[in-house]
Amino acid sequence: MKRRAGFFQRLSSTQIVYLVALATLILGVLLVNSIGRSFFSPGNISSILTGTSVLGFIAIGQTLVILAGSLDLSVPYVTSLASLIAAGVMANNPDNVLSAVLLTLGTAAVIGLVIGLIVARLNVHGFIATLGVGLIISGYLATNFKGSFGETPLAFRLIGATGLGPVPISTIIMLACAGLAMLLLHRTRVGHHLYAVGGDIAVARTSGIRVDVPVITAHVICSVLAGMAGLLLASRLGVGSPTVGSQGGYDLLSIAAVVLGGTLLSGGKGTITGTLGGVLIFAMLDNIMSVMQVNPFLKDVVRGVVIVVAVAVYARRRIVSRPERFGTKGSAETPAAQPVPAEGS
Amino acid sequence: MSTALNSGHSAILKQNRASRSERLLRALRTPGGAIFILLIVLLAAIIALNPSFGEPGSFIRFIGRTAPIAIAAIGQYFVIVGGEFDLSMGSVVTMQVIIAGNLIRQDDAKVIPVLVLMLVLGAAIGLVNGLITTLLQVPSFIVTLGMMLALLGLVLYWTGGAAQGNPADSFRQIGRGGIQNVPVLDIIPYPVLILTAVAITAFVLMRRPFGRMLIAVGDNPAAAALAGSRVWWVRTRAFIMSSLSATLAGILLVGYAGVHPSVGRGYEFTAITAVVLGGVALGGGRGWVLSAAAGAFALESLFTLLNFMGVQATWRDTVQGAIIIVAVAAASRSWQRKRKGATASAHDEQHQLAATPTPAEGAEQSEQGGERV
Repeated sequence: MKRRAGFFQRLSSTQIVYLVALATLILGVLLVNSIGRSFFSPGNISSILTGTSVLGFIAIGQTLVILAGSLDLSVPYVTSLASLIAAGVMANNPDNVLSAVLLTLGTAAVIGLVIGLIVARLNVHGFIATLGVGLIISGYLATNFKGSFGETPLAFRLIGATGLGPVPISTIIMLACAGLAMLLLHRTRVGHHLYAVGGDIAVARTSGIRVDVPVITAHVICSVLAGMAGLLLASRLGVGSPTVGSQGGYDLLSIAAVVLGGTLLSGGKGTITGTLGGVLIFAMLDNIMSVMQVNPFLKDVVRGVVIVVAVAVYARRRIVSRPERFGTKGSAETPAAQPVPAEGS
Repeated sequence: MSTALNSGHSAILKQNRASRSERLLRALRTPGGAIFILLIVLLAAIIALNPSFGEPGSFIRFIGRTAPIAIAAIGQYFVIVGGEFDLSMGSVVTMQVIIAGNLIRQDDAKVIPVLVLMLVLGAAIGLVNGLITTLLQVPSFIVTLGMMLALLGLVLYWTGGAAQGNPADSFRQIGRGGIQNVPVLDIIPYPVLILTAVAITAFVLMRRPFGRMLIAVGDNPAAAALAGSRVWWVRTRAFIMSSLSATLAGILLVGYAGVHPSVGRGYEFTAITAVVLGGVALGGGRGWVLSAAAGAFALESLFTLLNFMGVQATWRDTVQGAIIIVAVAAASRSWQRKRKGATASAHDEQHQLAATPTPAEGAEQSEQGGERV
């Protein structure tokens, strides 16, 4: 038991995420083969990867926001709104694609900017600010759109439908966005400031960082990526829908994927790579359960249990490896946990 | 608590010995006090638009209608003031509603056993939420999110996602019945009585050691642990109370809304909205339990007002969204000012004025403080 704890401690949380993903993969291969189907058939791989793309876009944005110490609950409504704007402006005319995409992403960026300003300038907790903005958009959608709206032209629909071999185009775009987000986090000033602000906003401020900039940037990017997810959904469905985002439950699922990926919910610690692992775990679980024809309601049960159990694994590890002096709730309240860091270090 | 904190500053002491009316005025300027003013303004607006709303009979029915969400808000308050979230509330409500529908059916003899079962299940869910959060150190957001998905999935799997028959009428009476033939009021709905009982219990609990400890834990868990409180047990009890209040809300909703898997959907966010509207700070340590209940009433009367004004029901969300942002922005200013007042060594006039914590609590505390000094 003690040796296992030591082994876990040496792994970074990203490595653990991918170990869990590997375990899910092995489980999937065993289960899927046991009913006589192939897990690695091109069709199945393609369907797993397709499953990663929408949640992937949103989870990347969510990672940035959570790293900055905030939270975004408005993503499903931004996604729905984006799908409606895109499909509405395109109106089945291929000439409108570019303007529709720009308008959609522009609107999403403005929403992100508003959220960012509310969080950073008015000092409203991200939870409340985004819950509020989400509700505002949701009321607008419910009042003005009764069903699906607009239509996307065939050329645009192909983005959601084609792929290079088994890899769908949408997944490639998602990975490209992930790459850009990583560059932002690790190679730019704003990225470093993002970690600093998420870690401790007071310390960041006294160190001379303009704390508003990273928070606002993270929210703008998150909303734009939610807009991208909306575009992708519009391209897949061929129409815009006012409920496509909320039906997917993307707000809570993306937060779960981010935390599953080893990012601290309180901010300041985590990676995009981990988040992608978390999204992959969800997509594989979904795929396995679909292939096994698990009752759709039981899927939610499995998801819920997996989220809690997986996070429990990292969370235990984190208490142990965190320096005791700043140990927030963990190290101080359970005296039993205190001797452990001494042994470990 | 405030006197102990500021015992060195005679100006603060003098301020806390101010007259009752002055203290009340000061309390009304905190976010937790302002909600009562907002509530009165909203109610006045409704009565102005529709005078029959102000009649005792219809007013008490309004209170009865709001009781489930107010009870849920009180439960959520315990968790939030302890520095955590409970997102599983909506699923607990749904689960209890379905359990009542499926297990009681038309059999009056089963009402009591099933009621006991529901309460035990509610407490058990809270215990699980609390223990995973505190002992396994999983963020409560994730724990209760997982619980929400799992419970809702189980309930839908059990029922196949369709509406069920209503339980025996004697059970539904808890939510829709009342004491008949009361003078003036005509009827006192049972939900009003239950809400009153819950509110009094919560009020008393928050002034007992448990409540004091919960606020301390929400404000600074490390300091509370060093001061000798069992943080994990305090927080776990808060989760148990949250799930129990969701259970109560579910029992009342069976009477109002009947049995359907969509009852209770989104309840967790409505409850959190109400609590936050009541000036309770997310992150814990600040706020008064009755303000949270008042937040629920303010939200419900806002919806009623919009209804009377002929606004489409679909705009409800938008108004709710806008109002919580404004309320929290205002509250965060006010709490910030207070924080500075409590810690800065140089007190100026304005900071002193903001040094009493929550509304009536603050007033009562300073009374006790006065005896002690």
